[in-house]
Amino acid sequence: MSYLNIFMSKDRIIFVTKEDHEAPSNAELIEDDPNDPYEDHGLILPNGDINWNCPCLGGMASGPCGQQFKDAFSCFHYSKEEVKGSDCVENFRSMQECMQKYPELYPQEDDNDSAPSGGADNAPSDSVPTSSPESTPATTENPAAS
Amino acid sequence: LVTESVVEASVPESIIEVSVTEPVAEAPAVTQTAVSEPAPAAEPVESTAAHSDVPEHAPYLLIGGGTASFAAARSIRARDPGARVLIVTEESELPYMRPPLSKELWFSDDPKATETLSFKQWNGKERSIYFQPPSFYVSPTDLAKVENGGVAVLTGRKVVHMDVRENKVKLSDGAEISYEKCLIATGGVPRNLQVIDRAGEEVMKRTTLFRKIEDFRSLEKISREVKSITIIGGGFLGSELACALGRRSTDLGLEVIQMFPEKGNMGKVLPEYLSNWTTEKVRKEGVNIIMDAVVKNVSYKNDKLEIKLKDGRLIETDHVVAAVGLEPSVELAKSAGLEVDSDFGGYRVNAELQARSNIWVAGDAACFYDIKLGRRRVEHHDHAVVSGRLAGENMTGASKPYWHQSMFWSDLGPDVGYEAIGIVDSSLPTVGVFAKATAKDTPKAATEQSGTGIRSESETEAVAVTLKAETTAPPPPVQQKEDYGKGVVFYLRDNVVVGIVLWNVFNRMPIARKIIKDGEQHADLNEVAKLFNIHED
Repeated sequence: MSYLNIFMSKDRIIFVTKEDHEAPSNAELIEDDPNDPYEDHGLILPNGDINWNCPCLGGMASGPCGQQFKDAFSCFHYSKEEVKGSDCVENFRSMQECMQKYPELYPQEDDNDSAPSGGADNAPSDSVPTSSPESTPATTENPAAS
Repeated sequence: LVTESVVEASVPESIIEVSVTEPVAEAPAVTQTAVSEPAPAAEPVESTAAHSDVPEHAPYLLIGGGTASFAAARSIRARDPGARVLIVTEESELPYMRPPLSKELWFSDDPKATETLSFKQWNGKERSIYFQPPSFYVSPTDLAKVENGGVAVLTGRKVVHMDVRENKVKLSDGAEISYEKCLIATGGVPRNLQVIDRAGEEVMKRTTLFRKIEDFRSLEKISREVKSITIIGGGFLGSELACALGRRSTDLGLEVIQMFPEKGNMGKVLPEYLSNWTTEKVRKEGVNIIMDAVVKNVSYKNDKLEIKLKDGRLIETDHVVAAVGLEPSVELAKSAGLEVDSDFGGYRVNAELQARSNIWVAGDAACFYDIKLGRRRVEHHDHAVVSGRLAGENMTGASKPYWHQSMFWSDLGPDVGYEAIGIVDSSLPTVGVFAKATAKDTPKAATEQSGTGIRSESETEAVAVTLKAETTAPPPPVQQKEDYGKGVVFYLRDNVVVGIVLWNVFNRMPIARKIIKDGEQHADLNEVAKLFNIHED
């Protein structure tokens, strides 16, 4: 590739070594407004409410047990008990009951009533590692997130 | 690969102990509704028997059963408790995602993949192309009564008339459904070459217009039966199918030809040097590429198809796949009195995806106003998800404009994978910044086996699926100046970055999105390129 090409073409090409890119960038980015009404949000909205439309919830809030899920999770979210959520047992029971009717949608763990079995895999998102367009602000802002 | 660690912060693991929607290994039986043969779209025929499963009213009516529609359904249900959503689709299938039809499903080791339409993700987990199994949905007859509402899918029915004054639609079988809010997400149909259209039945019988599950199944079968397949079209779909078939070519004794008018694969998307590089890679997948190819006519002779090019070249083949674009489906425009865009095609909608009061359009069929990038129409999967979700939000009172830029991606074999965002048009001036090995590196290290992926999105998010490319011998050392192994390409309009291609660098989409959102004029794009850390994995 000759230098002449680089100057004449509408397509410029630059090759850079690791050392070339070592110094921090001086490119300026505009500071984001955390309360931008147009922006997508993560699980919790700026006003503290739960974002039921968060992609991270997968189909939990929209499926056949969506209402039970919302009731249970809302109860937990707003619970002021010392053991958070301890006043929500009925809601969670209701949710479990519903989910048991749809094993295809909500596969149950074996011999397990309340014990957790590993966080990330059982999180409500179709949880596989993602290069997600919809990460929460915490992960979105880090350009070098990997 | 990025691990989504979103939920742990707020959701106690002790409470959420189930995982959602494990994909079904078997193809779901499509029995939600009585499936009737799709009637010709002309005159709706009065028929009483077929109406029995059609609800008379749907508070939320979604026309079309693809990705945008499903995303809207989910969004509506999330925001409006107890919402009753009716999807009406011409297809006989429940909503499914398209990208695996030209990618993962072809690479699956599972001999039943064609039947089950399931594929293995990078983490070993099976995933179905169907967004949800049948049990997720409510039957149309139960929709009005079921306690907490739900999503019902009426398959095999086409909406043929829309009465905007009375807020109701008419189906191909004559049934009528009134609505309160309506989404048009009718997608489109594959374009055909005029010369094939006019070439007669023997040629049409041997031509695939690829879009749906049935097209995938049919082509997969054909690939095992014929000796030669020619793909016409050098864009995303054509190139992906060429690579998919090319990979099988040795095992199947199949000749795979790909022809297109441009100089290289993805010629309308990638700058020439990357298009050339891509073309070489596609060749390495076993594809015989014919560029500068304009088809003049196709005929059936001696049990073969003969393709004649304008320059006189003759190509003999057994089967043709035409991948020459999509015609957005706007048949309802007339009866509904909706505007169709003359530049981009599709229904014209505003920045909030609204066509008129109570009517929104999303996905391939929507020509919308993008506040940052101007009026456009986008035919990618993630856009269908993003616009579907946005339409659902606005149908439930949000009034938000299109703001979150959608992205797209393509994988063409083990060496070429890229993600892109914004306006990625090769006619724009571009600046490409590529990683160069230092003097200390050996040629072997320089041509690293970076994480190349075969990815397909989950319903709402891009899922990075990495298959490590194993080569037995290192590729021959290439001139560093021509090795476009990893980098970032900026597409400029009036000195503002309007599009970005992330070339073999992954998980940097958030920063790319940010740069486009800012819409700033940057004096030195190399400084912007630094933000991507292209030298790291």
